[in-house]
Amino acid sequence: MTEISTELTQKLSAAVEKMPAFPKSVQRILELSRDINCSPKELVMVIEQDPVMTMKLLRVINSACYGFTKQVTSVNQSMVYLGLNTIKNMALSFAAMGALPPQTNVGFDVQGYLTHSLTTAGLARTLCQKYGWDDTDPADCYIAGLLHDFGKVVLGQFLPEESNAALAYSIEQSISLHSAEQQIIGTDHTVIGGMLVEKWRFPKQLIETIRNHHSAISPDNTVQSCLFVANQISKKLGLGNGGNLVVEELPPALAARFNGSLSDIIASLGDISRLESEAKVVAQAGREIKA
Amino acid sequence: MKLKFWGVRGSIASPGESTVRYGGNTTCIEIRTDNNELIILDGGTGIFPLAKTLLKSLPITAHIFNTHSHWDHIQGLPFFLPIFIPGNLIKLYGAADPITGEGPERIINMQLQYSYFPVSAAEIKSRFEYTAVMPNETVTVADATVTSVLLNHPVINLGYRIECNGRAIFFTGDHESHFNIYEPDDEGYAEYQALIEEQRLSIVESMRGVDILIADCSYTRDEYPTKRGWGHGTFDSSIKLALDAGAKILYCTHHEPTRSDDELEKVFAEALSRHTDILGELDVRLAGEGIEIEI
Repeated sequence: MTEISTELTQKLSAAVEKMPAFPKSVQRILELSRDINCSPKELVMVIEQDPVMTMKLLRVINSACYGFTKQVTSVNQSMVYLGLNTIKNMALSFAAMGALPPQTNVGFDVQGYLTHSLTTAGLARTLCQKYGWDDTDPADCYIAGLLHDFGKVVLGQFLPEESNAALAYSIEQSISLHSAEQQIIGTDHTVIGGMLVEKWRFPKQLIETIRNHHSAISPDNTVQSCLFVANQISKKLGLGNGGNLVVEELPPALAARFNGSLSDIIASLGDISRLESEAKVVAQAGREIKA
Repeated sequence: MKLKFWGVRGSIASPGESTVRYGGNTTCIEIRTDNNELIILDGGTGIFPLAKTLLKSLPITAHIFNTHSHWDHIQGLPFFLPIFIPGNLIKLYGAADPITGEGPERIINMQLQYSYFPVSAAEIKSRFEYTAVMPNETVTVADATVTSVLLNHPVINLGYRIECNGRAIFFTGDHESHFNIYEPDDEGYAEYQALIEEQRLSIVESMRGVDILIADCSYTRDEYPTKRGWGHGTFDSSIKLALDAGAKILYCTHHEPTRSDDELEKVFAEALSRHTDILGELDVRLAGEGIEIEI
């Protein structure tokens, strides 16, 4: 069963509103909100390093209230449209929901998840810039990477026992997490993530990318291709832990597009240690935070 | 259409000897459509003297369009006397607040509380209707249309284009030309530049060919660098906007509250002299309380 009920959709969508964000960004937002000289650039950076805040911001700005003809896909774009204080105020309202604990009591690895999301985001952007096949905006690849596993945080928060059981089952059976989620919960994080962003009127491209990131990759689609490869690189190099350690094979069409295997692509990227260390600094849980 | 300025001062009301010629009231503009329908742009303190003139012709229907919720654009609203008189219909239009999701009712409910005002919102006697407008939405008001345009201010600010029988007026409310939040060698610079250029073009397009552009000219070119990010335009930025959009008349408004009439005329003349060669047909004027124009 991959279809989920309208009732569950509504329940999860409403619950996301109250969902806490990541510790480091909550701490920085609280600091920035007290700073009259708050730099817009820094505010953007803090939000776009937090999947929960980014998701919430894009949800509000793409809502029917603003009726933008062009859907908003980035935090920078939100800043251009809504202005500094509106963004600051929104970020503060997200921070007011508190911070995710470093490790939830059911084993959701907050720090590992965030490192995986950030490195996947950074790698997807880098791949897009490096291979540059078409005019796809590297920022779209970043957002896809940042948000691709959002369904996992939602499941971890609202179906904690089932999520934990799925995680244990995937390890025990050496199968991918989404397969285990399907067997235990009856749906998986790609469906949940895709369903939420569809409900929130996110751009079609992003909805499809989140929904299909473990299946039905369209090799001609640059965002989907970069995300798929970035996701596998992040897992292969152990950059964080999204709960799914199975590195998937590159479909032949994708290997052809990137002109080589996963190892060849990694080699072509050169030194990515900065990307990794930056992600780890951001993901490092601020254990002292009680916001 | 007819237009009359009732408040041209920015930030805070600034009455006194030195502002008596241009006026000390904060933003309020009265527009009368060809059918004499009343449209009011913003409810700064200038709305109070306007309200007094309306008492002669009750009952009234007033369409008040709020650009944004900063004090100097809303604080006259509790003193808009027709709201307390049964039989009047007041319609308030404005953007939805992104945090609470509330529409322009928030502007009234927030001010009309006993802590701040002796009358509560529940005691309003007129029919008061609120409409949350979206950017790029067009509202029909009798024989006119009002289209909202998202401009650039620290909070959401809608500019309004009012059209009636082929004539058009655009009021910016508060607006600063977008600037890049990144340094030229930052990674995000090019992306941000592309975004603001796209937004700039869409703003210019929304003002295209207006008969009158009323624009935020708070600062001079020399004052601007220390005020960047405060959300206000300069004489120079507004002249550029008017030229790009092909406006016929530009009224400079939102006068800086510490600027005396003499100083205002001086900085205005300086700004004009910098543009003598390129103004062409554009007629640039200072907005002043009591000024009326018909187009």
